Amino acid sequence: MATQPAKIPARTSTAALYPWRSMGISILGMVVVWGVVQWLSQSGVLNLFITQTLVIMGINVILAVSLNLITGVTGQLVLGHAAFMGLGCYFAAILTYKMGLPFPVGLIGGGLVAGLGGLVIGLPTLRLRGDYLAIATLGFGEILRIVYQNWDYVGGAVGMSPPQLANWTWVFWLAVLSVLIIWHLVDSSHGRALQAIRENEIAAEAVGVATTRHKVTAFIIGAFFAGIAGGLYGFYNYAFQPSSFDFLHSFNILVLVVLGGLGSITGSIVGAVVVTALQAALQSYPYIQNVIFALLLILMMLFRRQGLLGRYEFHLSMIFPGLRREEKGGHSDGARS
Amino acid sequence: MGFFQMLVQQLLNGLSQGAIYALIALGYTMVYGIMRLINFAHGDVYMVGAFCGFFLTADLHWPFPAALVASMLLTSLLGMIIERAAYRPLWNAPRLTMLITAIGVSLFLENLFIVLVSPDPRTYPAGVLPQHTFQFFGGVRFTLNDVLFWGVTAVLTFGLQFFVQNTRSGQAMRAVSFDSDAASLMGIDVGQTVSLTFAVGSFLAGAAGVLIGTVYQIDPLMGIMPGLKAFVAAVLGGIGIIPGAVVGGLILGEVESLVSWAGFSNYRDAVAFIILILILLVRPSGLFGSTAKEKV
Repeated sequence: MATQPAKIPARTSTAALYPWRSMGISILGMVVVWGVVQWLSQSGVLNLFITQTLVIMGINVILAVSLNLITGVTGQLVLGHAAFMGLGCYFAAILTYKMGLPFPVGLIGGGLVAGLGGLVIGLPTLRLRGDYLAIATLGFGEILRIVYQNWDYVGGAVGMSPPQLANWTWVFWLAVLSVLIIWHLVDSSHGRALQAIRENEIAAEAVGVATTRHKVTAFIIGAFFAGIAGGLYGFYNYAFQPSSFDFLHSFNILVLVVLGGLGSITGSIVGAVVVTALQAALQSYPYIQNVIFALLLILMMLFRRQGLLGRYEFHLSMIFPGLRREEKGGHSDGARS
Repeated sequence: MGFFQMLVQQLLNGLSQGAIYALIALGYTMVYGIMRLINFAHGDVYMVGAFCGFFLTADLHWPFPAALVASMLLTSLLGMIIERAAYRPLWNAPRLTMLITAIGVSLFLENLFIVLVSPDPRTYPAGVLPQHTFQFFGGVRFTLNDVLFWGVTAVLTFGLQFFVQNTRSGQAMRAVSFDSDAASLMGIDVGQTVSLTFAVGSFLAGAAGVLIGTVYQIDPLMGIMPGLKAFVAAVLGGIGIIPGAVVGGLILGEVESLVSWAGFSNYRDAVAFIILILILLVRPSGLFGSTAKEKV
């Protein structure tokens, strides 16, 4: 920083301490959030409805952050995120419920299949830009939905009813993990390449960014986490149908990201939390709720198109200035609740 | 019926479905040509058209031709309102913003109609159209409804082609679609032209909605699937190209009909999307489009 030239050796040597300190605060904060909710729901202070809402919130955080990696950070509009979620959900259910493998294996397996789906749809269609990519991913999702509907092994149109293996603990820590991984990814050289692609793909290519490789990687990672979220969804809700993963659900995930702010991880978390809470509050009026959300989406685009947070990110150092390092580029991760 | 008769029967069925896709696809292709926007709300304009026709015939007991024309006028008004309220303020915004707004408008119309008219399916009153079944060629049948579908689609398509090619407004439309900045420098009112494009596209979608209502049940979500498929038809024919949208719609209707006939009726809805992905990979400019290099 210009105001603090690096002439004081003591500062630079202690700088290394701060990431640990902020990581400590983050972990402490997260354990407290997790523990308080866990304790309150175990002891019955939070009723089942609130606990469910919190779990759905966690799942939506994973979905929003992973879609944000593809659409917000890399700038590739995807209207089939629910399809990746569906792949994860179906294959987690097949591995766990049909084949009897342990739940974590099923969850990761579902995520990997979804990642593979990201590769399959990503490689050929990334030649497409903007609208065409959006429509192709939408088509991909619809094709998968129709395949599930006609596949008797996974229950056809009725879907499957796996046991409830996911709970608040699973969802919360996996949401934390997804956010941390994607956060650090966005902050890496890979993330900067993705942002360059978003800003100007041709220019990025011209300065030597391997655009296809980076885009496909973003697709695979985003799809993987969507798959994990899908597995959690299926194993928390007891039941899912092919229509759970249609493009209306993809739109809903997009709404979380857009309302929060395309490109901002904090924004996606805020978007997921706010929208899920609103949905829960308006649950008795499902149709009115949808009208309100649609209207909100339009008004947001007209009057605040950058979303609630724009590209603003939250850092722990905003609350605890003592954590701020003097050199540029070091920030703590603390976007979690 | 022999194999050949059944084939002709399926092709006739496909033609009726394809005519509906073609009418909707025309609106998509015109709006895309002029604004580079996938107007997701277009399928819902078609739905609104179907409901206008329903209320005019069932509640106000209007004769069918009057209801058809009135519904088309109402939907073209709706199209203009949507353009003015939701899209025009975003002309200078990134295209992603407008696309998300289009999705928002689509969701808004669907859910608004669910609230207003309930999600239950409805049927047009019986006897709104005279029923007659024609039979020829050893058992191939088509109804008066089919004739109406073909006739209305043909009249509207040729009327549109004439309008776009031979009138000053049509010429303005083509100019704006070619280069809106240059068109505006030549004194063309771009805003008015875009408004007109939405009006004409929604006019056609309204016709498709009323026509489909005479045969199938209508409900507030009926526009989603035909809307998406009509977009596929527009891409298939080459987006922005008016005859392309008609040919694309007819091809899609025929292929769906043949796929159902071949015993894959469960996969009928997937056909359109498979065609879409194939056409995007093999020939993204569509059947009638010319490939253009992207400029830096």
